[in-house]
Amino acid sequence: MHLANRSLVTAVCSATVLCAALAGCAPQPEEKRKDEASGRSGASAGACAPGGLATQVPGKLTVGTDKPAYAPWFSDDEPSNGKGFESAVAYAVAKQLGYGRDAVVWQHVPFNSAFAPGAKKFDFDINQVSISESRRKAVAFSSGYYDVRQAVVALKSSKAAGAKSVADLRKVRLGAQVGTTSLEFINDLVKPETEPAVYQRNDFAKSALKNGQVDAIVVDLPTAFYITGAEVPEAKVVGQFPDSPDNPEQFGLVLDKESTLTPCVSGAVDALRKDGTLAALEKEWLSDAVDAPVLK
Amino acid sequence: MTLHKTLPGEDTYTPSERRIARERHRRARTRRATAIAAASTLVTGAVLFLLITGSPGWDRTRETFFSPDYARIALPQVLEGLWLNLRLLAVCGSAVLAFGLLLAVARTLRGPVFFPVRALATAYTDFFRGLPLIICLLMVVFGVPALRLEGVTTDPVLLGGAALVLTYSAYVAEVFRAGIESVHPSQRAAARSLGLSSGKTLRFVVLPQAVRRVVPPLLNDLVSLQKDTGLVSIAGAVDAVYAAQIIASKDFNYTPYVVAGLVFVALTIPMTRFTDWVTARMDRRRAQGGIV
Repeated sequence: MHLANRSLVTAVCSATVLCAALAGCAPQPEEKRKDEASGRSGASAGACAPGGLATQVPGKLTVGTDKPAYAPWFSDDEPSNGKGFESAVAYAVAKQLGYGRDAVVWQHVPFNSAFAPGAKKFDFDINQVSISESRRKAVAFSSGYYDVRQAVVALKSSKAAGAKSVADLRKVRLGAQVGTTSLEFINDLVKPETEPAVYQRNDFAKSALKNGQVDAIVVDLPTAFYITGAEVPEAKVVGQFPDSPDNPEQFGLVLDKESTLTPCVSGAVDALRKDGTLAALEKEWLSDAVDAPVLK
Repeated sequence: MTLHKTLPGEDTYTPSERRIARERHRRARTRRATAIAAASTLVTGAVLFLLITGSPGWDRTRETFFSPDYARIALPQVLEGLWLNLRLLAVCGSAVLAFGLLLAVARTLRGPVFFPVRALATAYTDFFRGLPLIICLLMVVFGVPALRLEGVTTDPVLLGGAALVLTYSAYVAEVFRAGIESVHPSQRAAARSLGLSSGKTLRFVVLPQAVRRVVPPLLNDLVSLQKDTGLVSIAGAVDAVYAAQIIASKDFNYTPYVVAGLVFVALTIPMTRFTDWVTARMDRRRAQGGIV
């Protein structure tokens, strides 16, 4: 009987400990959320007050992006230098929100974790993320800050180099980076006969292009011009995909789905578009992305 | 209970009162223990369930990780990717076993004339066992085509498979070597004194014992290889995990990862049971004093 009692006691004890342990960790997010909510209600009194948003770190604006940060969106893999289109946009948005250059803190956020549920460490993330309805279920987007077009890059010696239309691309081996709309363009618009190669990074796609492992890769237009201009000079931009007029693809800033900052950030982006700042930054950093033939 | 069955022509045996009481007590104790275990499991399960489903972020977690819609979209593509994993496992697994055994034998060859062979095999295992698999893959998959050699494939799956074989055969060679060295020297001496040549001793006496001893760790390496076959996706090939990632990053939903994870677990469990079965069978044989 002693033995039985002991096992009963052990079972009860372990169940209690387990309950306590779980109960101990479960309510934490709730408390944190309450704190945040109270912080937010304080901030919402002066909605989008310059420099007074309910940010992750009070008084600072934490901006996330992936590493490496690619040109021409960033420069020298150093988002904080203000060079490159997205770096400049981030600082412009911050200024619009009332945060000076010193108040912007950059954070490394891998693309795959930018859309994870749960508490975010960044206030917004800027990483060439295209806005789509299905993505809106997981995150909140600001207004679009850039209208993006997709382009095809091939080696000049490749059979894909002479493609004039989308149909011409059907018979070639295409590649793109995972999680990009470039890949969707291949799958939904081109529908190639061979499965597209999907790469973790554009770096790998570029290696495969140079090695002839794929005939062409699909990237956004500014990246395409950067690749052919600076990284793979033996390649050329074959053409760009036609834009669907009713549903233009736009890059947006990514925010937590429950973030109270979204309207303020969207308002800032809208204001920057209206006063011509975005167009000026585009001209400054993405100026050579002008004429590529449109694939019929 | 058929405990006190009497056979014709046998002495009838009646258990004592004390024994019957003891057995009754034992049965009661077993029942009681089972009941407590069941109740405790139920309580723990219920508490876990309530805590998880009652947590503040549960709705969003369920939508992001356990969405039936995305599971339906993901499953066919994940299974299609799994076909690549399985083919790679079969081909690379066989190649790894053959090459690994060859390396191990090369390393255990006796005699000064074989010194270069031994040294090469040792250098190979040292190098490829230390080299991180992902770096080996990148070097082979993007480095070899960059050489622009005539007649060498640029297919990422073939190259990735080759890189897997390079790394895994180094691991497996060490497992085989451990097996070979675990065979007692007296076995070799006995075989030689019976007139077997050095080669025949290895083939008929040492290797059969060695291989049988290392089957469990070998299957362990095979399970590990099964999961690592997905790393060839670095070169653009789409395996089960990568198929999941493509959907996940397109729509910002993690459910496809959960689907891919479950598919791999479903694949590994039979393999683990198979390992257990092989081990148990070998133990039985050894205990019976069968073939050594």
